[in-house]
Amino acid sequence: MTAAVLQAPAEKRAPKRVLPGFRLTLGYTLFYLALIVLLPLSALIFKTFTLTGEQFWAAVASPRVVASYQLTFGASFFAALVNSVFGLLVAWVLVRYQFPGKRIVDALVDLPFALPTAVAGISLTALLAGNGWIGSLLEPHGIQLAFNRNGVVIALIFIGLPFVVRTVQPVLEDAEKELEEAATCLGATRWQTFRHVIFPTIAPALLTGFAMAFARGVGEYGSVIFIAGNMPMISEITPLIIISKLEQYDYAGATAVATVMLLASFVMLMVINSLQAWQRKRAGA
Amino acid sequence: MSSTRTIRRAKAGTTEPAWVKWSLIAVALGFIFLFLVLPLAAVFTEALRKGGEEFLLALKEPDAWSAIRLTLLIAAIAVPMNLVFGIAAAWCIAKYEFKGKAFLTTLVDLPFSVSPVVAGLIYVLMFGAHGWFGPWLQANDIKIVFAVPGIVLATIFVTFPFIARELIPLMQAQGTDEEQAAQVLGASGWQTFWHVTLPNIKWGLIYGVILCNARAMGEFGAVSVVSGHIRGQTNTMPLHVEILYNEYQSVAAFAIASLLALLALVTLVIKSFVEWKFERDQKAAADLPPEKPLA
Repeated sequence: MTAAVLQAPAEKRAPKRVLPGFRLTLGYTLFYLALIVLLPLSALIFKTFTLTGEQFWAAVASPRVVASYQLTFGASFFAALVNSVFGLLVAWVLVRYQFPGKRIVDALVDLPFALPTAVAGISLTALLAGNGWIGSLLEPHGIQLAFNRNGVVIALIFIGLPFVVRTVQPVLEDAEKELEEAATCLGATRWQTFRHVIFPTIAPALLTGFAMAFARGVGEYGSVIFIAGNMPMISEITPLIIISKLEQYDYAGATAVATVMLLASFVMLMVINSLQAWQRKRAGA
Repeated sequence: MSSTRTIRRAKAGTTEPAWVKWSLIAVALGFIFLFLVLPLAAVFTEALRKGGEEFLLALKEPDAWSAIRLTLLIAAIAVPMNLVFGIAAAWCIAKYEFKGKAFLTTLVDLPFSVSPVVAGLIYVLMFGAHGWFGPWLQANDIKIVFAVPGIVLATIFVTFPFIARELIPLMQAQGTDEEQAAQVLGASGWQTFWHVTLPNIKWGLIYGVILCNARAMGEFGAVSVVSGHIRGQTNTMPLHVEILYNEYQSVAAFAIASLLALLALVTLVIKSFVEWKFERDQKAAADLPPEKPLA
């Protein structure tokens, strides 16, 4: 594989090779990639293969672990869904309307990328706990948002918020207004125009944003553990299971569960890649 | 007459009635306020709940200081490492055609889709006591896991793609014409890079570096697995926040957290500034008068 990559350019025509540094930069890229990413990841796979089938199955399919998959994937899905609706709305408002403070709102959307997850975790907990600004308003009505599954979803909404906005925003900016005008001239109402002209244009970007928010949510750890309450079978996420297995020196168990998570992220990476390819094709067409 | 009406209708058809517009803005801003503004405000309010003196006291604590120093050290190693890699990867991916390029690009992005906890675990499996290199490291008295090198490695892993993925599309869009011109005029490889490529990618580079830095200083999950949480030694700022919080030292936890929140705000300000600069440069380039055609 590596050899094939290195030899390929030699077959190219000479003008392509005017710029120096191909061997150096590609060599360094592959070396660094292998050292930091590929070798350690293969350590995980190799370690998994040292387990017997029974050991592996016992670790990844115990009721407590299965409950954590349901929570992790379910909460990530729900949070990504909420982010799709509100992310589309925020992107729409930022692209189409003028209002005071727009630049600040636009910059603030990236806060979840820049704010360390542990900080997000403790501050959301402080807000939603019984004595917090929001928690104290809701608790008397019997609504509990912290230390249960609701908390997990809220933390994941925070973490995934920028993805949908930032994938939909550029597509909306590039959308041709002439198409909308044409639709209106042909007698479409504004809602019909949105439904049949605008929405199909942004649908691939929206799906990509959804998938990215979902993938991020599945792996998220820092912001969730403070607010989740971490009750086994109820509000314990899969990354936390890996950590607690490690703390009990159950390396085999931690490795097995981590392999399941890694496979899930490979699948999601492929889905996101093909969604982006679809989006590019749509944009080019 | 009828054509002006059509135009007016078309205009009306591409905007919403005022009440729809303002309701949408209100809902969007309400969402932003609830999910972004309130949590940010809560960090600073909680940190200052018992007054400025308590706040400063929490920051002067020796363990807090050593956490701050360690976090700065980690970022000072991880960011330059990924900067060099990012430039090398972007150069070979954006400036040349070769087989397996798309696959290589996917591999560069791979760390983004791996859970931080898994990212920490893989280094424990490599360098931990029971890991591949564990016995050899122990025999030679080298500590990687539960020590600073492990934290550096885990941080490099989670921030791996940041700079490369900013530079690749940028350098692809710019093509190789200017570099080839420099080569034809006799510039060396380094001269070409310093005087032609670097000025063209500087805003993308700064953008990638500040995002990489924010994540490097704020990483929690991956670092938590490899650190061992030794106070005063292997505790980064986010880990110190967790320890204080679990010890019910709320003000101290939020005091450190407020420093990290400030870092996030500074990151957002620089990011917006860079975006504004980049757009202005692009616009200035687009507004240049077209070259005179040959008569």
